[in-house]
Amino acid sequence: MTDLIPQIPLAAWIDAALSFTTTLLSPLTRAVSGVLSTGIRGMVDGLVFIPPWLFVIIAAAAAWKIAGRKVAILAALGMLLIWNLGLWRPMISTLSLVLISTLIAVAIGLPLGILAALNDRFFSFIRPILDFMQTLPAFVYLIPAIPFFGLGAVSAIMSTVIFSIPPAIRLTTLGIRQIDAELIEASDAFGSTTMQKLIKVQIPIATPTIMAGVNQTIMLSLSMVVIAAMIGAGGLGGEVWRAIQRLRAGAGFEAGIAVVILAMILDRITQKIGAGRQRSVVTGDADEKSDDTSETDAA
Amino acid sequence: MDDQTNEHEPKVKIKIENVFKIFGKHPERARKMLADGVSKDEILKKTGQVVGVADASFDVYDGETLVVMGLSGSGKSTLLRCVNRLIEPTYGRITVDGVDVVEMDTIELRELRRKKFGMVFQSFALFPHKTVVQNVEFGLEVQGIDAEVRRDKATRALDLVGLGGWGEYYPDNLSGGMKQRVGLARALAAEPDVLLMDEAFSALDPLIRTDMQDELLSLETQVKKTILFITHDLDEALKMGDRIVLMKDGGIEQIGTAEEILGKPASDYVARFVENVDITKVLTASDVMKKPTFVAFLRDGPRTALRRMRDAGLSGIYVVRQNHELVGYLSAERAAEAVKKEEKWIDHLIDGDDVPTAALDAPIRQIFPLVADAKMPVGVVDEKNILRGVIVRGSVLGALAERGEYND
Ligand SMILES: Nc1ncnc2c1ncn2[C@@H]1O[C@H](COP(=O)(O)OP(=O)(O)O)[C@@H](O)[C@H]1O
Ligand SMILES: [Mg+2]
Repeated sequence: MTDLIPQIPLAAWIDAALSFTTTLLSPLTRAVSGVLSTGIRGMVDGLVFIPPWLFVIIAAAAAWKIAGRKVAILAALGMLLIWNLGLWRPMISTLSLVLISTLIAVAIGLPLGILAALNDRFFSFIRPILDFMQTLPAFVYLIPAIPFFGLGAVSAIMSTVIFSIPPAIRLTTLGIRQIDAELIEASDAFGSTTMQKLIKVQIPIATPTIMAGVNQTIMLSLSMVVIAAMIGAGGLGGEVWRAIQRLRAGAGFEAGIAVVILAMILDRITQKIGAGRQRSVVTGDADEKSDDTSETDAA
Repeated sequence: MDDQTNEHEPKVKIKIENVFKIFGKHPERARKMLADGVSKDEILKKTGQVVGVADASFDVYDGETLVVMGLSGSGKSTLLRCVNRLIEPTYGRITVDGVDVVEMDTIELRELRRKKFGMVFQSFALFPHKTVVQNVEFGLEVQGIDAEVRRDKATRALDLVGLGGWGEYYPDNLSGGMKQRVGLARALAAEPDVLLMDEAFSALDPLIRTDMQDELLSLETQVKKTILFITHDLDEALKMGDRIVLMKDGGIEQIGTAEEILGKPASDYVARFVENVDITKVLTASDVMKKPTFVAFLRDGPRTALRRMRDAGLSGIYVVRQNHELVGYLSAERAAEAVKKEEKWIDHLIDGDDVPTAALDAPIRQIFPLVADAKMPVGVVDEKNILRGVIVRGSVLGALAERGEYND
């Protein structure tokens, strides 16, 4: 077959197209690249500057406040182990990449999700795209970033953002769309503007679902940031990558465990952010009050 | 309604004229078929268009409670939502205080919803992330009213529905009845002219439901509102409504007072609708009585008493003490005699023994014989013998009598 029909020079075409667009967009990509790499470096330097013991205390305290004692203990022990394994700096670097990626993904994903919730046409446009994105294997996302941003952390962030954004969009849309129609009617009936309805009713009620999306986005970010070691993202993924290349299973395991610990801490904390904040209810004195009224149907 | 003119013609608050709501892409087809008398089911089968409301026209008078009643799917909710345009009517005109609602742009409409309407929903529709008082002040909040002022008004609305002190709770902590009180308070907080209530009590247990009905009736005396009240329940309609609109398949079968609906059903459908209901068990004296607008006081002379009777076109009048405690009944005949004899007092003329009276909560079944026998209206008194109302023949009882329901 290859004898009869010459091979289609697909690679050459794509290269040509890419080199055209990269040249075209190079002022933009260079600017983005500059901002991002400065941001990453600043963040990593800043976080590394904090002594590990202090960092552990701060992180455990935050975990306690948000997610309770168990998670706080998990976080403290886990990070102490990572420190002990000499993986502190890679961990900080991975964490920084995850946080920055998530921030960008959420900053883009929430508005898109809201738009898709409010606009049927945009919804039917974006839904198949999201479906398609979630069928692609993770490392496919690495490829297009390189021609624009080269090897390194910026490319890693770009592919991570794109890889991890679908749940942020999807669950924001879902959270808003599944709100009881009567609540929306109530909001309209009392004369709210579209913006008031969104801010005072739709987003707050959708918050638990939106936060579930953010949680998923964070977890996807972490997995992608690790994979992005292949294009020079460094961090814990870099440690794993290096260990694999040198056939040092032990070191690879250590870095792998550090990734798992980080994943567990991030997961437990962000799960609680959405769910725990709703209804800080005063159940305690509900009983005293019931005497004041004629209500006898208190359920 | 017929355009019967009399000097008491009430002010029209909401005017609904030939309103249609047809769900689907080809409303004009459905409308044409409706005009040809094709049924809603048939239209759906042939064209795929769902008839929500079909050619509804009626007036809602200022200050009245108008009940829209009909089976599930008859178009009640759709009609109600056309009034504040949560649903856009397909055809027709709706005016509120003479202003066309259908023509309004977004801003005017928003202003209308903020100022004129308060809405209460079947499943309460309280915002779960807001406390009770935050829910109640929602309407004021979106108007941009100062936080202190609106908290003040919301608190007062909560007091009004008997939920003072519950403001800081979340709706999840309240029972169904209490939730709907919050719903009611939220609708009242911005002091609108009109309450739109869509099956507001249908989700409540029967006992709580009766409570809420009574509560709303007593609220009406404190805050005068025009109420458009939707229910699928005839008993509730009879109890709450000054007038009742009966809907079927999106169209209006009959409009009238409880007496008219019961006594003169406009169609077989209405007759069948009302025949299954044992109203005699539902209604009490207080439901069917009229306000005792004309009474004579014990210290009035016969001349004054007689003038009152003439003014009201009565052949007799109830005599009460200063605090409205019932003394008895004075017939026009006797009063006229006393005038002739130039007597000064009426106390010795009053018939105090044979006066038919009933307690406020007496079931109307017990009142039938009284009304049938008595030559005078039945006086309704409370536990302190204060005259609270009168029941005259030709009210609900008359209507029931025509249906032969008292022959047992
Ligand atoms: N959004 C909608 N789309 C299509 N049909 C609707 C819609 N809303 C209501 N309907 C139909 O309109 C009719 C009247 O509904 P509704 O006003 O809810 O009745 P009710 O409140 O009396 O139970 C029903 O046949 C219902 O199926
Ligand atoms: Mg309904």
